[in-house]
Amino acid sequence: MATRTMDREVGKASSQAEQDPMERMSRAMLRARVLEDKLASLYRAGRIVGGVYLGRGQEGLSAAGGVALRKGDVLAPLIRDMAGRLGFGEPLVDAVRAYLGSKLGPMKGRDGNIHRGDLSRGILPMISHLGAMVSATAGVLLAKRMKKEKGFVGLTSAGDGATSTGSFHEGLNVAAVEKLPLVVVVADNGYAYSTPNDRQFACTDLLDRAKGYGVEGHGVDGTDPEACWEVVGRAVQRAREGAGPQLVVGRLLRLCGHGEHDDGLYIDKKMKSSDRGRDCMEVLRDQMKSRGLGKDWDRWEKEAQEEVEGAVKKVAEEPLPDPFEEDWRATAMVGAAEAVQKG
Amino acid sequence: MSVTYLDAIRAAQEKALEDDPSVFIYGQDVGKFGGAFKATKNLAEKFPGRVIDSPISEDAMVGLAVGAAMEGMRPVVEMQFADFSTVGLNQMLNHAATTYWRTGRPCPMVLRLPSGGTPGSGPFHSQSMEAIYAHYPGLVVMTPATVEDAYSMLLEAIAMPDPVVFCEHKLLYYHLKAKSLPAEAVPAFKAHVARPGRDVTCVAYSAMVHEALAAADELAGEGYETEVVDLRTVKPLDTDTILASVARTGRLLAVGESWPWGGVSAEVVSRVASEGFELLDAPPRRLNAKDTPIPYHPNLWSAHRPTAVRIAEALREVLRY
Repeated sequence: MATRTMDREVGKASSQAEQDPMERMSRAMLRARVLEDKLASLYRAGRIVGGVYLGRGQEGLSAAGGVALRKGDVLAPLIRDMAGRLGFGEPLVDAVRAYLGSKLGPMKGRDGNIHRGDLSRGILPMISHLGAMVSATAGVLLAKRMKKEKGFVGLTSAGDGATSTGSFHEGLNVAAVEKLPLVVVVADNGYAYSTPNDRQFACTDLLDRAKGYGVEGHGVDGTDPEACWEVVGRAVQRAREGAGPQLVVGRLLRLCGHGEHDDGLYIDKKMKSSDRGRDCMEVLRDQMKSRGLGKDWDRWEKEAQEEVEGAVKKVAEEPLPDPFEEDWRATAMVGAAEAVQKG
Repeated sequence: MSVTYLDAIRAAQEKALEDDPSVFIYGQDVGKFGGAFKATKNLAEKFPGRVIDSPISEDAMVGLAVGAAMEGMRPVVEMQFADFSTVGLNQMLNHAATTYWRTGRPCPMVLRLPSGGTPGSGPFHSQSMEAIYAHYPGLVVMTPATVEDAYSMLLEAIAMPDPVVFCEHKLLYYHLKAKSLPAEAVPAFKAHVARPGRDVTCVAYSAMVHEALAAADELAGEGYETEVVDLRTVKPLDTDTILASVARTGRLLAVGESWPWGGVSAEVVSRVASEGFELLDAPPRRLNAKDTPIPYHPNLWSAHRPTAVRIAEALREVLRY
């Protein structure tokens, strides 16, 4: 059973690779936007416990990373990476399962929402402590190198706020020392929760930091999906070719609060009405229309809506975690767990 | 020929590197230099590319090990001193320790912590960190007290599918000796009765086992037989062996080199009080270091930590009740 599923996915991955990357970007971004709109309404309806964090306005930058990766690569997403996850191949239904707490989800209700991951698919489950995934991704890459694997890349995301952590610095520095094929994509959306850039760092542009780490840097307008694909795709290619870690900084705006509990009223109105506040979905729709793919866009959107509705309906009928069936074991080793449980 | 505690740690790493290609060592100065205490001496030459110098980045050192473990390797991370592991605490407590629970996939790694006080080491090179790590679910915490255990328990730690914090005591590195490395071993999760006795139980671990044994010698001259229980591993805690000992003696002193608020000795007393209350003939007692940072000067340091003399005094009080 499991083998058949895997075979199907391998087939899917190879046919995906032949698809036009902008079509894959479009589909990933549409599926992410439609799903997150649905999650927001489920949150407001009280159907989701815990937080809901959306990638609204950041789908282009995120999707570019997911689409540029291939099977055997590793993705360590952060909280606004629904599009990147879907672009890389995370099943949409698993995202819904994580939010609704389904026992069939990758985290079985033990963890939820954006903290989901699936190591068998090369998706690391993020911890909430910002910057922590940079060195962990570096560790996966070091392990792959020690196992003599070839041609792999790891990609992780950060926000402007995460760049202030020691963990981010240590992780990028060690990746540079080891010359690992790591791409760090920083979504500079101007605010870390409510804190603006000028309370976060004093440099003019985060991209300037690339030189300090001895890594290649790439800046991009994060509201322009075609540009994101080009720049992130090139960074992934450079890493794959052996050019060491790559730092991508995309400037954009988050078009929502930090989470759905937050109205985001602190975001500067001028910034919102500037080019930085453009919605990447609208930009991409126009880009696809100008390629003569307007009808396809409409069809992909409709397909995304059907998929999302179907997934939510399916997951709503799935079992929830049961404290009486839970084994309450935090260690893999049965002996250790029994000894611990015993007291 | 004799083998020191430090030789045993080096030999265990050498054997693990030989036996399992997924094992690698990562830490500051562990490569050609052989480590600050020489626990990895000559290993980089013998195992090229598998004994790797890290930058001074404790958070990234542990984070990198977590990623490598998720990818199927078995990293052994050497902290230069246990005290500096506070800088990598987030990756160990929130990342390594939660991975199996959250994902169902193991995170096999070992964090080696050169622990405990030595004369002149002061506040930042003397700490015992076992209680902090033991508090978090998902970790195994070992505190070997003998040369044999340093060897066999480190091998067991590396083979385990879980993240293990391996607290090795610096005071034992050079002075504690055995005739040879052990051919067979007691399983790591079993506590060991290091000295049998009928009058009082003294539970200890790591270097404190040797202080407790010296105190037991002193009390033997006064006609009291002290049973010394070496915990070996503090998480999971072998409560059965402790309770069996208290059932024999009716009296308990739990000793720890670390600070008095909470910790392993408090856990031992708590378990005996709640699970073995009727076994007790006297209130169970604890003895720990003083509640200040660890002093630099030996005059202060030797008064700060539990010693054989202070343990003997505390045992007499338990016996007098």
